[in-house]
Amino acid sequence: MNHLSFDRRTLLRAASASALLPLFPAWAQSVSHGRGTGVDTLSGDDIRLTVGHASFTTGGKTGHAFTVNGTVPAPLIRLKEGQTVRLHVTNTLDEDTSIHWHGLLVPFQFDGVPGVSFPGIRAGETFTYEFPIRQAGTYWYHSHSNMQEAMGQFGPIIIDPAGADPVAYDREHVLILSDWSFIHPHKLMTRLKQAGGYFNRQKQTVGGLLSGKDQSLKERLEWAQMNMDPTDISDVTASVYRYLINGHGTQENWTGLFKAGERVRLRIINASAMTNFNLRIPGLAMTVVQADGVNVKPVEVDEFQIAIAETYDVVVTPTEDSAYSVIAEAIDRSGLVRATLAPRAGMTGEVPQLRERPLLTMRDMGMDHSMPMELDLSKPDVPIMDHSAMNMRDFSGAPQVKKNAGVASLSPMPAERIGDAPTGLEDVDHRVLRYTDLKALNAYDAPAPTRTIQMHLTANMERYMWSFDGERMSERTEPIMFRHNERVRITLINDTMMPHPIHIHGHFFELVNGAAPGEQPWKHTVNVLPGGKLSLDMTADALGDWAMHCHMMFHMDTGMFRIIKVRH
Amino acid sequence: MRALILATALLVSVPALAQDHSHMGHAMPAAPAAPDTQTAPPPVATDWAADALHDPKAMAEARAALFRATRDSRASLVRLDQLEWRMHDGKDGLAWQGRAWTGGDLDRFLLRSEGAMEGGTVEHGEVRALWSHAIGPYANLETGVRQDFGHGPSRTHATLGVDAMLPYWIEAEGAVFLSHKGDVTARVELTHDMRLTNRLILQPRLEADLSAQDVPELGLGSGISEMSGGLRLRYAIKPRFAPYVGVHRERKFGDTARFARAAGEGTAATSFVAGMFFFF
Repeated sequence: MNHLSFDRRTLLRAASASALLPLFPAWAQSVSHGRGTGVDTLSGDDIRLTVGHASFTTGGKTGHAFTVNGTVPAPLIRLKEGQTVRLHVTNTLDEDTSIHWHGLLVPFQFDGVPGVSFPGIRAGETFTYEFPIRQAGTYWYHSHSNMQEAMGQFGPIIIDPAGADPVAYDREHVLILSDWSFIHPHKLMTRLKQAGGYFNRQKQTVGGLLSGKDQSLKERLEWAQMNMDPTDISDVTASVYRYLINGHGTQENWTGLFKAGERVRLRIINASAMTNFNLRIPGLAMTVVQADGVNVKPVEVDEFQIAIAETYDVVVTPTEDSAYSVIAEAIDRSGLVRATLAPRAGMTGEVPQLRERPLLTMRDMGMDHSMPMELDLSKPDVPIMDHSAMNMRDFSGAPQVKKNAGVASLSPMPAERIGDAPTGLEDVDHRVLRYTDLKALNAYDAPAPTRTIQMHLTANMERYMWSFDGERMSERTEPIMFRHNERVRITLINDTMMPHPIHIHGHFFELVNGAAPGEQPWKHTVNVLPGGKLSLDMTADALGDWAMHCHMMFHMDTGMFRIIKVRH
Repeated sequence: MRALILATALLVSVPALAQDHSHMGHAMPAAPAAPDTQTAPPPVATDWAADALHDPKAMAEARAALFRATRDSRASLVRLDQLEWRMHDGKDGLAWQGRAWTGGDLDRFLLRSEGAMEGGTVEHGEVRALWSHAIGPYANLETGVRQDFGHGPSRTHATLGVDAMLPYWIEAEGAVFLSHKGDVTARVELTHDMRLTNRLILQPRLEADLSAQDVPELGLGSGISEMSGGLRLRYAIKPRFAPYVGVHRERKFGDTARFARAAGEGTAATSFVAGMFFFF
């Protein structure tokens, strides 16, 4: 019965001529003039969204997608700061669905996380979300149910400020990045459970050793002794993923138009399930003006890493009457996707070769050998590089972490990594955005935090287990408690070899990044680099229950998840 | 109802953080330092906020579904490490070694099987039914039973073993067997996947069989009864689908060798092998 209704819908779609092409909302169609309103977008106080199925085609191959109003990506929702919006979400699937408004400050019961904020939206039902819009900026929305987000159920949100926009621009485009697999995400996860490094086709080899590539024999033996793989950068790679910008692969070449000399604002969102990207536009400098929806002091860069669920707004000013390639390269460099900025449709720029895949270092393993050390000649020369002597699983330094087989390692000397160039961008010869470059555009009151919390990000890649503090979330897991309006410093320590984009629902936090208090940048998602740590200051000002999780979808779904409770 | 929800929404809402310009110029001058006074964490709340606004029964179901996913993951695997044709001196035969499991991350039901066939009949074969329980990040304890089949008297064993990833990515398996006749035997196996390229993988393998006593009816002598080694070169068309070729050598020792000679059998054999590694 369920299958019948699905097939019927598919047939109906196939019956219309337009179904032969992938369905895109107007703003994401192959050529966009930008600055769209009206048919481009959903606006107003009542917005109707219908979750359904459709087939989705990229690179000449067709698969099954979850859609909102029939498209992948979902429609652009454009709101105005100060309005109250009612979003009516109708579920035409045969299973539950949900929509989470990523980065929007909403009452907890409208946050859209089944089991935390609400029961979810049952098949055939309509749920109405209703909340005041208390912020401006670039955000996004996605399903929080059953991996639907990995199969197309995501879209952008733009909130125009109530007053003047401090960012000056002549034209704007949304660039929503995603990773698409023709294999069902449940199957991808099964493969990872069967063999942890299943999708990594860029491991070090004997052939590489003989040709002088990658680590030296000595280093390889040191890493192998600890069963650590320096090429373990992404769980799922281009071996199964097609990377997309606005639902378009390199071949389909999404093109955003401009006129030479215009200031073009790009609202870039990483809606991937499992892929962090490095983004660059060869030949164009990018001025970052907003991070996670909040304005920052402009900073000019040539490349930045955008972790899953982060958003960055950049302004570019193309002066040549020629095509520029927007390159989003997966951080493990297994693949990339190109979109184009051009003065006219049909133009293409160069698609660069994939760069050499990076190798993790001892710093990514939580052995911070670059810590500034005073030279003391009076002491004997102790070889600090004796890795074999260092215990990679010493629980005495992390008493809150549960000792179990789900914790393969603990960073013995986690470095403060807020100022590091992200994975793979340590040695590029141009300007790379670091978190320490971000400063809030508008200063704010920032009282000192009155409590500190430490959380360890823990894993066992071989068993494919992911957790906070060695504990996968269950009925017995203690929630993270906050007093209402309590100001807390949260230190995240990454005991794994992989970056984790950690998202806290219902709140913005400030990155403790060396900026003066009151100028620390606001974020809803922060990428914690491997083997390192960073700190956040957060005012727990939103009463209710909230989710906190890694935004790598498989990490969230396997237990790197906590419920936050804010109480009077 | 909607009015109620909206009222609640406004009640719990907080001043806009992101775009609030009203505090401009009031930034605190102090440097961001970790707080030196630690207030105690608030008590753990046992209530669920959404229960007050949504149907508590539906919430309980949704929570149960969420925790079911996050507390443990179910998966299963069927893997044939060896399914191969062994060729030596005109005595060709089929050999297999594989496993299948189903369960969570830490506890699994595991079946192991291995054996060899010659001329259409099973020379020796075994199946083990095991409970696999994680005892370390890279180690599982395997407890269960083993049933032998093939030529000769049949045996049933109780077994206790360990499957572990040793340093240098060496996969090790060791098991002790206690048969229903009271015989104690053991087996140790080491393998390593050496990546020549990302598709071409050379796998050395070493196995030792031990016996605590002579078991003449099985042709087993005490001590190291048999050792075997192999070198297989597989080509991973996919990581889970790889044809291979290689060599396999096995040799009997001590009394086991004596029993074999007495029965007119050889004590050592080298075979060329061709087979398939796969899992699904």
